[in-house]
Amino acid sequence: MTAQLAVFFVLAVLAVIGAVSLILQKHPIHSALSLIVVMIALAGLYLLLGAEFVAAVQIIVYGGAIMVLFVFVIMLLNAGIEEHTSISKMAGAPGLLLVVALAGFVAATIARSTENIQATSQTGELASTLGISNMLFKDFVYPFELTSFLILVAVLGATVLAQREKS
Amino acid sequence: MNSFLNTNAELLITLVKIALLLFIVLTVNAYLTWFERKVVAHIQSRWGPHRVGPHGLLQPLADGLKFLFKEDPTPAGVDKFVYYLAPLLALALALTSIALIPFGPDPIRLFGRDIYLGITPPDLNIGILALFAVTALAVYGVALAGWSSNSKYPLLGGLRSSAQMISYELSLTMSVVGVLLLAGSFNLKKIIEAQSHHPEWGLFGWNVWPQILGFFCFFIAAVAETNRVPFDLPEAESELVAGFHTEYSSFKFAMFFIAEYTSMITVSCLCSILFFGGWLSPFPVSWTFAHYLPSAILIPFGLWVIWDGIRYETLFGRIILPGAGTVITALGALFVLLLNVNEFIQAPFWLLSKIFVFLFVYVWMRGTLPRFRYDQLMAFGWKLLLPLSIVNVIVTSFVILAKMQWWGAK
Repeated sequence: MTAQLAVFFVLAVLAVIGAVSLILQKHPIHSALSLIVVMIALAGLYLLLGAEFVAAVQIIVYGGAIMVLFVFVIMLLNAGIEEHTSISKMAGAPGLLLVVALAGFVAATIARSTENIQATSQTGELASTLGISNMLFKDFVYPFELTSFLILVAVLGATVLAQREKS
Repeated sequence: MNSFLNTNAELLITLVKIALLLFIVLTVNAYLTWFERKVVAHIQSRWGPHRVGPHGLLQPLADGLKFLFKEDPTPAGVDKFVYYLAPLLALALALTSIALIPFGPDPIRLFGRDIYLGITPPDLNIGILALFAVTALAVYGVALAGWSSNSKYPLLGGLRSSAQMISYELSLTMSVVGVLLLAGSFNLKKIIEAQSHHPEWGLFGWNVWPQILGFFCFFIAAVAETNRVPFDLPEAESELVAGFHTEYSSFKFAMFFIAEYTSMITVSCLCSILFFGGWLSPFPVSWTFAHYLPSAILIPFGLWVIWDGIRYETLFGRIILPGAGTVITALGALFVLLLNVNEFIQAPFWLLSKIFVFLFVYVWMRGTLPRFRYDQLMAFGWKLLLPLSIVNVIVTSFVILAKMQWWGAK
């Protein structure tokens, strides 16, 4: 087993454990912490694929900014331990079914197309900072700008909603 | 045994480097507390620590022992796992960020291998991004400590620190973009090399001149990120007892303390590397006599320490201080006499001097500036710092574009 494979398995197991614990934890802060573990393990996997920029941005944006906001809101609302109602307990059964179905679907897709996965793991050139910026600002510049406009609208909307009415 | 050493040499060297850096950083941290107390004391016309050892130099040791031997109670009702995790996280992330700093461009040749100063090789492709990734996580230490303590003052401190770090992280990252545009790379070594394009300009080639606005935003945002005065609202002692670490004592408190001082060192490193030419000398390259400056500082300083030591009031001081002075003078003499060594220490000497200057500025600010009010802090971050750093990015990109278009520079 090469070192790369060993690192992959460690990160993959970490991500899966984080994801499972995210669902099983009773307290929202513990769930948020599990999600951070998943994000950082994913960043490690990106790094393993040679996508340094994506890995760093994954940690900065998801691990840092977004999850800090999650934790902040949970702390601010002082959210307590999760309460189980009869409906939420009933929702578990179809949820489990969906998980099995999804896992089967993903496994089937991976099993069918080994070559494609091999090809996409060779990111090297494309995932460099230059490659990504060329893609964002040349090939997909209009969708990219439209997305940023959408985010701007969302920010403005949130500001308007949060503003107190002037008496 | 020999083959094992050969195959795992890189790993062993890295482990030794980690141990060495850990030792140096922790020692520097300890003496930074002494330095801070001394400087702040002198700003306020006091003497500062001067009882434990000559000039209070053993004070950090006494403090360290006190931290180790103090009772360490766990308050009732805390979230045990997170309560123990928070100081570990704070310390681990602070130490990781300093591992990403390169301290010199040239490797030392030892045992037939090139050994770089700093744990990662200096030309790490995503250098600055990796640093930001680590510092982006640093907020969890403070926020989780505040939450898990299950007490109102720490919770308020944790909330304040999360809000503050989210707000200032934006300006921090945006203010660096100008430097990155000038260098065209995230690589810390290339960022420094981009500042040496005009070897005869000396310190006028540094990024701080074209990026003076960026530096202003970066330094303020960085001080806010490290929760230092005047941005130390998460631990404002007049409002929140001790803020997020109210419920921590003994070594867990020391871990927060070390984390804070380590991130001060990291920020000072970043300021020197991004804006002040890193390991470049402030003098033009042709001024070779400037190479003797380290010795010209060390030898008089060492002689002064000897002179001061032999008149010291306690016997211990009369032995220790002249001894230390002799070592410093000998080091200075060594740097003059051995040309190889003289060449080699130039880069680390300049980087360390710049770091020292920034650490002094940190302490100086603590001694002189009052704390912000909370709404002032938020208004300052969002309404002044963020727009300024965005303006800086836009102006820098337009100037670079204009240079490319009209003067054909690349």
